[in-house]
Amino acid sequence: MSRGARYTVLAVAVAIVLPTVGCDDDEDPQVGAGSDTASGQGDTPSGTVTVLAAASLTESFEELAGQLAREYPDLEVVFSFGPSSGLVEQVISGAPADVLATADPTTMDEAVAADVVDGEPVVFARNALTLAVPAGNPAGVTGLADLADDDLRVAVCEPQVPCGAAAERLLDAAGVTAAPDTLTTDVKEAASLVALGEADAALIYRTDAAAEGDDIETLDVPEADEIVNDYPVALLADAANPDGARAIAGAITGELGRSVLAEAGFLEP
Amino acid sequence: MSRPRRTDDLRVPAGLLIPALVGVAILVLPMLGLVLRAPWSDLPSILTSEAVLTALRLSLTTATAATLVALVCGVPVAWLLARTALPGRSLLRGVVTVPLVLPPVIGGVALLMVFGRRGVIGGWMDETFGVSLPFTTTAVVLAQVFVAMPFLIVAVEGALRTTDRRYEDVAATLGATSWTTFRRVTLPAVAPGVLAGAVLCWARALGEFGATVTFAGSLPGTTRTLPIEAYVAIGAGDSEVAIVLSLLMIVVSVAILVGLRDRWIGSSA
Repeated sequence: MSRGARYTVLAVAVAIVLPTVGCDDDEDPQVGAGSDTASGQGDTPSGTVTVLAAASLTESFEELAGQLAREYPDLEVVFSFGPSSGLVEQVISGAPADVLATADPTTMDEAVAADVVDGEPVVFARNALTLAVPAGNPAGVTGLADLADDDLRVAVCEPQVPCGAAAERLLDAAGVTAAPDTLTTDVKEAASLVALGEADAALIYRTDAAAEGDDIETLDVPEADEIVNDYPVALLADAANPDGARAIAGAITGELGRSVLAEAGFLEP
Repeated sequence: MSRPRRTDDLRVPAGLLIPALVGVAILVLPMLGLVLRAPWSDLPSILTSEAVLTALRLSLTTATAATLVALVCGVPVAWLLARTALPGRSLLRGVVTVPLVLPPVIGGVALLMVFGRRGVIGGWMDETFGVSLPFTTTAVVLAQVFVAMPFLIVAVEGALRTTDRRYEDVAATLGATSWTTFRRVTLPAVAPGVLAGAVLCWARALGEFGATVTFAGSLPGTTRTLPIEAYVAIGAGDSEVAIVLSLLMIVVSVAILVGLRDRWIGSSA
């Protein structure tokens, strides 16, 4: 419950904050120029920077923003986490944001093709799937083949979102035709269902399994080592705070990002 | 001639006219925008696609089932509220109408906590009968009943309060039991109110999203109703499908309002 509720609260908070960001921009054409705001000083990025990021990046990016606050005290980072495909759709529809980080290149390519990205996306991390079961594995799941069992409650991501696309490739590679009971719009939802014990098994990223802590156990899936998602990040063409965007993107691709992401279980790019 | 007729007064102060126009624009523009963005040439193929037809079929059957449940259980609740002197009746009315103002997704979380596998009732049902509700079509109906039945109860209670109780008194003095009186006198008298409540309940059930997706999940053919299909489509970057589904829901909503216009909007025009 706490995770789901927290996620909802976050989404609501973002929904409230996003329009505010838009208003600030209008009064602030030279964001980050240094002289127009009380907090601006020299090259230090300031103001608000909005980052749209894949749901699987939730814990890592919040941790990163927390650590970044020491370096850039005047920079406020606002996150909107969700399914990569949905985030790309939001950007194309004109959502006010500065940075986009997706969970696979396919979704980022859509943003690039729609011309909403500034420059080349940079891959900053990689992630692999795992077979997650509730603590104690009450249904006695032994491997991927069990996902075909109609009697098991199985959660898998929508095929259009990166974790679902990866799950499809993994199941193909293993020759398993899964019988999912629900298709979640992002990986966090699938992870929550396992943590709550409502799903017997789910294919989620290793990092999400780690983030759920003791509520989730993972089973070794040899085929999963071969199915790895690249995570690209890009500055957005319509960024209202390009300096802030460069600062946060630099932190994501830089040493700080590497260490935080590695801590969460992401693989090096 | 000398006295201005109140209903025909065209002198509207700007302080009222301008905000009123803004208000109307906020209500009308989104729907107009959908019509403008609609992929008219692809409309037939999207509307007849397997995914849309499956979701439509599921939505129609679940909303109808939910309305039947609401009729069987909701009319008696309305009768209790309108005709008896139960202690704590106002408390009961408050409890019954909470779902009207509760965010549906919260209702879904609550349903999951009660009827989920580790829920108070769900855990017992799972152990005793091996029955588990979440992620089933029954869960969709239950979520819809939770959210939509209050509309029926409120409508029927209103109708009961405005009918002339003397007919019931007469029936009683002629020897009819209270059950016969209810069936033969009360129910026919409030039939239009029951019908209006049922239609409103059905429409609300048809549009239910938050409680359904939280409690029942999203699987094509089993739990993925039209609104969930629209949400999944937009999350997957498939905005054309989302637009077509939205148009479909708007057409249904408008048809219902037109059907009920005398009852709900009045005929002042």
